[in-house]
Amino acid sequence: MNAQLDPAHDTHATADTGVRVRFRVYRYKAGDRAGHFDEFSLEVAPETTVLDALVAIRTRLDPSLVLRHSCFHASCGTCGMRVNDTEVMACVTKILDLGSATVKVEPIANGALLGDLATDMVDFYARLAAIGRPLIRESEWLPSSIVPEGIEAYNRFESCIECGLCTSACPIVATDPRYIGPAALAAACRAVEEPRGLDPGAIMGLVDDQQGAWRCHAAFECTEACPSAVDPAGAIMALRRRAASGRLRSLIGGRHA
Amino acid sequence: MNEQPLERTTPERGTEGASPRRRGLAGWADPRGRRLGGLAFILNRLTGLGVLLYLSFHLVVLSLLARGPSAWDGFVSIAGSPLFLAFDVVLVFGLLFHGLNGIRVTLVGFGLVVERQRAMFVALMIVGAIALAVAAVRIFTAG
Repeated sequence: MNAQLDPAHDTHATADTGVRVRFRVYRYKAGDRAGHFDEFSLEVAPETTVLDALVAIRTRLDPSLVLRHSCFHASCGTCGMRVNDTEVMACVTKILDLGSATVKVEPIANGALLGDLATDMVDFYARLAAIGRPLIRESEWLPSSIVPEGIEAYNRFESCIECGLCTSACPIVATDPRYIGPAALAAACRAVEEPRGLDPGAIMGLVDDQQGAWRCHAAFECTEACPSAVDPAGAIMALRRRAASGRLRSLIGGRHA
Repeated sequence: MNEQPLERTTPERGTEGASPRRRGLAGWADPRGRRLGGLAFILNRLTGLGVLLYLSFHLVVLSLLARGPSAWDGFVSIAGSPLFLAFDVVLVFGLLFHGLNGIRVTLVGFGLVVERQRAMFVALMIVGAIALAVAAVRIFTAG
């Protein structure tokens, strides 16, 4: 399907820059045997983001386009997508920065689709829940609170916005659904290093496994894809170091961490 | 336009939905959009498979010794051809990349120098490039 947006009537994605961009948008509806790409043509401004354009497409051209979004500033984690084969947050990805006359938009990979660009996140959340999904309570950051010493070192793991870009970019998740995955392992690292009531031993039992931290092949794509600088790959390697040192200690008669 | 209501395609964890987007082979072998670590991962796998193929070929070649001097001499006569020597350079590249990147993966895999892994990769690749250049010259010039 080819379509064209009328710049005069759009509030999101158009300007008089004269830069026209072709969008190839992945389409899938429940019951379809396979997905396909629809094409749209939009005139975009320097500030137009991929999400702006998709909202414009849905508003003006094709109301059946399914996508998920909320905050428009990379805080809610809902508009993670693959744009030109790279995982990004659509809301903060400017189209002209891509330097491409054709922009390919796909849902994040390695999960099941609800439709078009919306991925079912149930499996992703289930893996986080298995770890205990550690969160820092807001009250601990109030001026009157006593903040535990060294908490800054763990703060980055609290920045996860659960967008799923890391699992989409991971080459191991792509081939092995049994792998816990980078997001859950980053959460596990956070929980093990600062448990707050969780059982680090039980979590290490999940992590120190062939489908846990040892399944990672150190491609670091998760860390590259993460929009919140969580560094899941670094967390996985920290878990490995902990697991290996624990096993070494148990070998020489010490207690397994 | 498709007007049917949306349905969940993967009702339970661990079951395959009607539209799994797991990328499979393309998830690790497709270099498009991958960054340095992802490309290193792809090349590491490919060179690993290449070295495995080479070892198999090597064993087949060694088995020629059991067939007597004429069979071995026949192989040696083609082993000195420019095309074969070029394959030798490719082999050295595969061994160097897999070995040197393996050093990085091993160290990082035990939680060591994780923050400097990118710089370590670049440094190792520089070492590998120099070694490959020396090896290529030696392969094509040694009597």
